[in-house]
Amino acid sequence: MAQIKRIKVGVASCGVAAGAEAVMEALKRNAGDVPVVGVGCIGHCYAEPMVEVETENGSVLYSSVKGDDASAQKILSLSEEGRFVIPEIRSSKEALYVTKLAGRIEPCNLEEYKANGGFSALKKAFSMKPGEVVDMVKVSGLRGRGGGGFPTGMKWSFLAAKQVPEKVLIMNADEGDPGAFMDRSMMESVPFQVLEGMLIGAYATGATKLFIYCRAEYPMAIKHLKIAIAKIQEAGLDRLPGRENPLEIKIKEGAGAFVCGEETAMIASLEGKRGTPRFRPPFPTDSGWNSLPTAINNVETFANIAPLINMGGEAFAAIGSEKSKGTKIFALAGDLKYPGLTEVPMGVTLAEIVYDIGGAERGSVKAVQTGGPSGGCIPAEKFDVKVDYDSLKELGAIMGSGGLIVIGKNRCMVETARYFLSFTHRESCGKCTFCRVGTMRMYETLERICAGEGCEEDIAFLENLGPKIRKGALCGLGQTAPNPALSTIRYFRNEYEAHVKEKICPSLVCPTLVDLTLDQSKCVKCKLCIRSCPAGAISDGFVIDNAKCLKCNSCLEVCPKKAIKRVPRGQGFNSNNK
Amino acid sequence: MLSDYFYLEEVGHEKGDLIKGLQLIQQKEGYVSDDAVKAVAANFNMAEAEVEGVLTFYAQFKRVKPGRFQISSCDGTACHIKGTPLIQQWIQAELGIKSGETDKEGRFSLETVACLGCCSLAPVMAINGRVYGKLDRKGLVKILNEYKKMD
Ligand SMILES: Cc1cc2nc3c(=O)[nH]c(=O)nc-3n(C[C@H](O)[C@H](O)[C@H](O)COP(=O)(O)O)c2cc1C
Ligand code: SF4
Ligand code: SF4
Ligand code: FES
Ligand code: FES
Repeated sequence: MAQIKRIKVGVASCGVAAGAEAVMEALKRNAGDVPVVGVGCIGHCYAEPMVEVETENGSVLYSSVKGDDASAQKILSLSEEGRFVIPEIRSSKEALYVTKLAGRIEPCNLEEYKANGGFSALKKAFSMKPGEVVDMVKVSGLRGRGGGGFPTGMKWSFLAAKQVPEKVLIMNADEGDPGAFMDRSMMESVPFQVLEGMLIGAYATGATKLFIYCRAEYPMAIKHLKIAIAKIQEAGLDRLPGRENPLEIKIKEGAGAFVCGEETAMIASLEGKRGTPRFRPPFPTDSGWNSLPTAINNVETFANIAPLINMGGEAFAAIGSEKSKGTKIFALAGDLKYPGLTEVPMGVTLAEIVYDIGGAERGSVKAVQTGGPSGGCIPAEKFDVKVDYDSLKELGAIMGSGGLIVIGKNRCMVETARYFLSFTHRESCGKCTFCRVGTMRMYETLERICAGEGCEEDIAFLENLGPKIRKGALCGLGQTAPNPALSTIRYFRNEYEAHVKEKICPSLVCPTLVDLTLDQSKCVKCKLCIRSCPAGAISDGFVIDNAKCLKCNSCLEVCPKKAIKRVPRGQGFNSNNK
Repeated sequence: MLSDYFYLEEVGHEKGDLIKGLQLIQQKEGYVSDDAVKAVAANFNMAEAEVEGVLTFYAQFKRVKPGRFQISSCDGTACHIKGTPLIQQWIQAELGIKSGETDKEGRFSLETVACLGCCSLAPVMAINGRVYGKLDRKGLVKILNEYKKMD
């Protein structure tokens, strides 16, 4: 048997949630002298907890590992059982530049990062003039990965042009799109790479203060960044050539407000205030944090910098599509077989991402939602679209930060739109009337439609109000909030019509539009359903009374015979309309 | 008593650290009480109303004492489409509390959060920070029963 050099367990948040800590303990108990270390995540969430065994003849991966001694022993004997091979079709579509080291090295181990090429980009940058670094980023065509797609080199040149002693560079680690986790994974898995990008940014732009604004829901990311910053300071990497003082580096935790992902709101929040956006101009690069020139970039943008500098601007620009250069990390979740993170060159098709990489079955998918609450849905018929900033916009969606939710055939698009509007109307900071009142109206209208109380005019009302909110809102939250409703109306008008005309939810999701029925011919009278029903809606004669039923699916979930189903309203028994 | 909040010294007195101060209080006490608001206002030399204004803006801050077991039910997109509304109904059936509520014994409280970053395990909830994924009704009831026994 090949000699085992080291064992790596994926212990990013996702791995931990799947049980990786027990796996780590079991391996440590059994491994003897072989070092067992925790690493971040390689993005194959569906296969967690994952273990990688480094041997003298290369690595072996194991997936869905259990936290007991027997499983640990199997791994230590390099058993053939439970081995994990990255599906060929997936690796053929992926391009791992930015995530190359994620999950492969110990996140907070500076030596290991260096041994794998870490901080070579910083060194290379130092051998260039700051302006040359900015130019290289310009040539690369890198566009901000936080959603807006603004050219990073240009943003940096604005900040670099300011001739003042103090300037601010902020990393936007708020990852507000509920359903996206690229940034979390990068910060947890390769904190040094993210920070190296910031250091290069500071060198290129002349920034003196570096702030990281990270959402508080990411404790492990915060912890890893803090350790990495301390090590960077200890190693003196925060001292830039030609500067008298080391950089000031600080982490601030967000406090649960989506709008704080917007630049001017984030700056207000960093000043300790309510995070409300303000009118631009002045742009942050002219007057930002405490009136100092300030530039904000996303986590993934910074994570791109070191690979970019290492390969050079032209090589970077050779990856991707015509106007969207490089790669993009997507967080795949929802109704698919292989949820997780994937890094692909810009310009691959949505079909390749959803079916080839995500393993979703063709025919099982209704749509995907990109860009979260600011984005839109794209129906399965359009999955041959190339994924880049401009093509997605044409379809009424946006690239967004990279959250990609696959919506299966059995989900209701009207309810999905209702969900997003409930999110945006709650998160509107309230400053602009159109955003505050408009998103409220859209939300209420969608609630009514889902409850079977809508009328045809409601659809027209939404289509009419949406564009007005877009125009009347100050910041991106309001400007994009109507997208989920407008795009679902555009592509799934039939579902809206079924709700308002026939009062039917075709996907049997919206609670007020469904009944539950119990098929007595399948029932074995075990009474589990009766016991599980919180509303006492199931009689001793095994009939569900929809006047009492809460549509909570408790009975449906416990029934061993699948005797209970959801059906359109009116098809079940209801003691109120005998 | 204001002196109960001596640890605010840790964050200093700069207004820019107000949110940090509030976070520290919530971390230590579990919520931000009226007394704590007074102490924070004094520490940063600002009006209580100004502190309240910031408090109410951010969803993270709790103004009432949470239960010993804090359930955070994720209603991010992935979790939502995979059944968070049902999960919350089941929690209500088991514990008698809705989102935003604490039970009478001060044992469980339930809050809704937007994305815990483990979307691939949707639907997800966390209890006192420990994440549970791929919830179905059976798993949920089992987990809740374990916590009931622990108490
Ligand atoms: C309401 C709203 C929320 C946002 N949330 C985020 C976020 O969570 N993370 C992020 O990186 N950018 C977010 N953005 C975009 C940022 O404002 C900004 O464009 C970005 O951080 C700039 O970095 P980039 O050029 O590197 O993309 C948000 C914008 C808006 C309007
Ligand atoms: S558009 Fe909405 S969130 Fe943005 S500033 Fe206006 S009210 Fe606030
Ligand atoms: S749980 Fe299913 S099989 Fe058992 S009594 Fe109810 S319907 Fe019948
Ligand atoms: S396994 Fe880490 S992001 Fe999913
Ligand atoms: S949507 Fe629930 S963990 Fe992300």
